[in-house]
Amino acid sequence: MPIDLELEQVLRPPQIPMVPYPPKVITLANGNKMVVRQALREEVPMILKGVEPCLWIERDYYDIVSARLYGELLAWYRHRVKSEYCLIGQIDGYLVGAVNGRLENEKVGMSYHTLAIDRGLRIGSHLFAAKMEYHLEYLKQEEVLIVAESPIGFRRWMIEYPLEETKIPHELGGGDSWRLTREIYFKARERLVVGDRPVPPDLLAKAEDEILIVDDDIIREKIAGLKGR
Amino acid sequence: MRDVAVIGVGMIQFGRRDEDTLMDMLAYASLKALDDAGLGDGTVDAVYVGNMAAGMLQHQSAVASSLVDRLSLLPAAADVVENGPASGGSAVKNGLLAVASGYYDTVLVTGGEKMREVTGWRATDIVATMTHPEAEYPYGITLPGMAGMFTRLYMEKYGVTREMLVAVALKNQEIGALNPYAHVEMALDKNGIFNSPHSIVNNPMAADPLHLYDACPVSDGAAAIVITALDKIKNPAKAPVLIAGFGQATDTQTLQERDDPTDLKAVTLAAQQAFERAKMKPSDIHVAELHDAFTILEIAESEHVGFFKKGEGGKAALDGKTRLGGQIPINVSGGLKARGHPVGGTGVAQICDLTWQLRHELPKERQVKNAKTGLSVNFGGFGNNVLAFVLRRVDS
Repeated sequence: MPIDLELEQVLRPPQIPMVPYPPKVITLANGNKMVVRQALREEVPMILKGVEPCLWIERDYYDIVSARLYGELLAWYRHRVKSEYCLIGQIDGYLVGAVNGRLENEKVGMSYHTLAIDRGLRIGSHLFAAKMEYHLEYLKQEEVLIVAESPIGFRRWMIEYPLEETKIPHELGGGDSWRLTREIYFKARERLVVGDRPVPPDLLAKAEDEILIVDDDIIREKIAGLKGR
Repeated sequence: MRDVAVIGVGMIQFGRRDEDTLMDMLAYASLKALDDAGLGDGTVDAVYVGNMAAGMLQHQSAVASSLVDRLSLLPAAADVVENGPASGGSAVKNGLLAVASGYYDTVLVTGGEKMREVTGWRATDIVATMTHPEAEYPYGITLPGMAGMFTRLYMEKYGVTREMLVAVALKNQEIGALNPYAHVEMALDKNGIFNSPHSIVNNPMAADPLHLYDACPVSDGAAAIVITALDKIKNPAKAPVLIAGFGQATDTQTLQERDDPTDLKAVTLAAQQAFERAKMKPSDIHVAELHDAFTILEIAESEHVGFFKKGEGGKAALDGKTRLGGQIPINVSGGLKARGHPVGGTGVAQICDLTWQLRHELPKERQVKNAKTGLSVNFGGFGNNVLAFVLRRVDS
């Protein structure tokens, strides 16, 4: 598709410089090692292959979350969103979850979505915590604005941290934002944010080498629990 | 009284079954049990259904009548048996007494619950309605809360440690991962839930000192058995399993009214009655299904039924004495911890699993070698209504 470079300059939002998120590794309940790292823009097409099967799962609002995440990642890939980032979780190279967000400005972060592709291992909790860690510890932001689209998300974010209710609209629409301040984050950090750094070189190399995606059916089974039916 | 034997069992996978109604689940499990019993024509005299909360969860009553009609078992007698999480065991007992008395010859007992229709919070609240209506429930007590307090007392009195509780969780989820009917099909790793700093997120505190993986999941599921008079069985295709004894006992509804809250008297009494009726003792049992809604309960029940002395159950779990191949394999199904706990179905599911064990039908990684006797304990309330069954394989 030919690009009109002058027009493209107008359409592309300006980007706030972001320090990279340092990768970490987390031992999950079943002993698997999940590498959490920042995705590169050029990795988006492969991540979308892992998100796509979730678009068709109604259970626990996976369809909404996946559809929105898909669009947000595509917007980042096509330079149509300001200061977005994506963190991913990988086990043996396989994509098991993704979270994204962006910077509203240098002080305020906007949390977008959290998608656990493998379930029952608190992968969503770990990845959401990594997202908050990025905003508050590495990007040094003052606060992050958050909404939940599923009851599970509400329980995990609003109650477990617990977040502060606000009347500030969130750019995803829906309910008003809840706020994670530095004070709340650092109070909750000890019980919610874990991970070892540096990631052993072999684990990191495996993760960075290629994002592997399991079969669509397996993704649907892991999320919707269709085994044995 | 006549001897009564299990001649058919059926179960569906426990878990979250959004696509199925409660009646679907009860019917699937029942049909499997009827087929297993060779009663494809559905000839039974009566149906007992163990169910705790369809009224609250599904806004549905008279579940047994509905099941009989759905299965085309008319005009079989039909009753729902509600006894909290011991509803399944109580349904089995009612069926057993009906056949033993000679009033009925063949009875279908089905137990099930559909709990994932509501949030975990609401399910926890519904289960908590079994607590004392004036002294406990209005103050916000939940079963995990009770189990937490019980665990703390047990730790102080008997030296149970968190590592012992973790040993139960690891054991049951490891073997439960091999059970195709289990809700939780995932083995745990000790580092992931206990040793590493990451375990604080993986296995968060649920009700001090109990953590997430100390508790069973909230499950949908159903199980069914067919029982008949032993003397009516001619040329069985599968070894009948005799219900050699049962016992049932109650205790005070509130824990604080007990002389010693760590003493589960109803478990002891129910097991003693079952052993006495079966003319057996704890050391005669080859495999047991104990009601491990919380890891501490497997340890406490293993002592109260007489497998271990008081205070030695935790160490026995840690030392592997309750694993497959150990002194007394407990919860080789994965127990409530991994198989899941659809409250009204659990007592029936325990009998199913023991029957498979005693018929030697399980794959070797879950089969207790040459098992001929089994014990189940179905624990209602917080030990205020308990049923125990002793089963014995009948060889021709």
